Amino acid sequence: MTAPAIEVRGLTKSFGGRRVVDDVTLNVARGEIAGFLGPNGSGKTTTIRLMCGLLTPDAGAGRVLGHDIRREGRAIKREVGYMTQRFSFYEDLTIEENLRFVAGLYDLRPARAVVRDTLADLGLTSRRDQLAGSLSGGWKQRLALAACLMHKPKLLLLDEPTAGVDPKARREFWDEIHARAGDGLTVLVSTHYMDEAERCHRINYIAYGRLVARGSVTEVVRDAGLTTLMMQGAAVHAAAKRLTGMPGVEQVAPFGNTLHVVGSDAALLQRSASAVAQETGCTLSPAETSLEDVFIRLMSQSQDNMS
Amino acid sequence: MIRLLSLIRLFALLRKEAIQMRRDKLTFGMMLGLPLVQLMLFGFAINTDPKALPAALVAPTEDRFTRAMVSALELTGYYRFTYPNASTAEAEALIARGAVSFVVTVPSDFGRRVERGDHPQILIEADATDPSVASGAVSTLSTVATQALQRETGTTPTPEAEAAQLSVIVHKRYNPEGITQYNIVPGLLGVILQLTMVMMTSMALTRETERGTMENLLSMPATPLEIMLGKVLPYLCVGAVQVAVVLAAAKAIFGVPFVGALWLILLGVLVFVLALVILGYLISTLSRTQMQAMQLTFFFFLPSLLLSGFMFPYRGMPAWAQALGEVFPLTHFLRLIRGVMLKGAGPADVAGPLWALALFVVVLSGAALLRFRRTLD
Ligand SMILES: Nc1ncnc2c1ncn2[C@@H]1O[C@H](COP(=O)(O)OP(=O)(O)O)[C@@H](O)[C@H]1O
Ligand SMILES: [Mg+2]
Repeated sequence: MTAPAIEVRGLTKSFGGRRVVDDVTLNVARGEIAGFLGPNGSGKTTTIRLMCGLLTPDAGAGRVLGHDIRREGRAIKREVGYMTQRFSFYEDLTIEENLRFVAGLYDLRPARAVVRDTLADLGLTSRRDQLAGSLSGGWKQRLALAACLMHKPKLLLLDEPTAGVDPKARREFWDEIHARAGDGLTVLVSTHYMDEAERCHRINYIAYGRLVARGSVTEVVRDAGLTTLMMQGAAVHAAAKRLTGMPGVEQVAPFGNTLHVVGSDAALLQRSASAVAQETGCTLSPAETSLEDVFIRLMSQSQDNMS
Repeated sequence: MIRLLSLIRLFALLRKEAIQMRRDKLTFGMMLGLPLVQLMLFGFAINTDPKALPAALVAPTEDRFTRAMVSALELTGYYRFTYPNASTAEAEALIARGAVSFVVTVPSDFGRRVERGDHPQILIEADATDPSVASGAVSTLSTVATQALQRETGTTPTPEAEAAQLSVIVHKRYNPEGITQYNIVPGLLGVILQLTMVMMTSMALTRETERGTMENLLSMPATPLEIMLGKVLPYLCVGAVQVAVVLAAAKAIFGVPFVGALWLILLGVLVFVLALVILGYLISTLSRTQMQAMQLTFFFFLPSLLLSGFMFPYRGMPAWAQALGEVFPLTHFLRLIRGVMLKGAGPADVAGPLWALALFVVVLSGAALLRFRRTLD
């Protein structure tokens, strides 16, 4: 029980000569909700598949729930609930039939009762006879979650579980995840929604196959060492144009009637921004650096490293 | 420890497959409709006893014996004289072109010889490029011709005298080997089963891969053996239904005799269908898309059709082609089913093909289990 939920080192995987996952080291403690963030195509799905034994790493090793990822895939499958990015249950089966199928594969007994309880637990009872193919995104997600919770896994791997799900269903989904984590379940969830990142205990940011930041949200923001200034006024449009490309200014992002100006060199940023503020008659005030600002910075940084 | 085969897991897989089959109209249609349609289509189209075939008549002299011969031949229903006054050269061209299936030549001295009792002869040339053309038409010939002459001459000769009196000379041209009448329907059973079984099963895994359900299945604790059996057994049942349909139709519609023991027929069919289903499953482990699976199926299907002895007599093929033919389950099945159904062969007679089919089952399942990808690599 003392082994961390996930401890993998140096995971590497190439497809057709291209490194899709490059030297990824990841640690997730028991009971933690770990966010796995990164833009599309950065290697999140591949990393998750490597960890649950669906892909063999080219290099690297590690343990999931104390089981070796290369040799003990079987044991990992029994104790992990993996929710795929794409809905992957049978669309021509009803919710209940899908769950019965899963209960059979995990040899859960008595299957009928387990399925009935799971249906009730996730509020699926009223729709149990509906074909999975005819469900909306939110209900499909709920079915998938039910299916991977049914065998009482110790670790949940959720791959972009809330893509295509409406805000209310997303909220309910996260409440559900937090409730389970409170009961000791470990969760690794990949997403590219910023607000979801903030609901995680810790986040891991991956870009172009490399893990480039990790820690709690505050840690990641602090470690990025960015300064953010907020500009307000009638002429923010003109200001934005002027600011782009000035020394020390790395990001200029409009938020409604305000402008976020971000840079890593505080002094240089302050100088450029003040000049523009005076020119355009806008007011300048210090602001909190957001996670999004950090991620955009991390992404462009790794892009520079790649080329 | 996870066992290689858990009945609970297997049952879950079978149940899921059964529900899917029940809901999938296409599979259901293929299961029942396809064999029936094919049987009807091929069974009637590939007629082994064709009637009213076009014929040319070369009869330089028009006497009453010749006329009697010709009308007797027409009365059999096999011959339709589309060219009643052909010259030898014209007739040669007609049969070469395929415009007629037979050329009947009544020599100019035919009438005289009949009257003299001096070995009258007529020559029937049959276009045997399609060997089945000749068989029925030719087999009735001697009797018909002799009876026609008896009526004309008013004699009732003894069988010996009869033989001396008239000889019908038959030349089966282009292909000296004819095949027997009912060959086609038992063979058709094999071909229909092969097409539908291999095709349906070859989609089994690739469909899951394409729909993304494979990833899910692989992330749950099911073993390769269970996954294979979970696919193979349901399709085996489909095969059983098809066999029942085709055999019933063969009996009811085509009147194919079941000379041999039914249990032996069914045993042979069972092993054959098992081999086919596992072959299809193997194909589905080799393909990434349903399209690929389809292509592989046809890549296999065509040569097996040509080399198994279904289309062309097996013994008529060169040795290397015969050797190649041995690698198709259909070849062995045809030997078995024709032997049992038509000749009444017993278990000892068909032990060879039966073992060969069993060997296919073992080898193919081994290959499929080895080929099965436990990961998505
Ligand atoms: N099986 C595969 N074969 C080839 N390329 C793949 C395969 N799986 C993923 N990739 C590629 O690897 C990259 C990372 O993909 P993925 O792990 O799905 O990223 P993410 O989940 O972060 O969007 C993508 O560019 C994708 O095209
Ligand atoms: Mg992904």
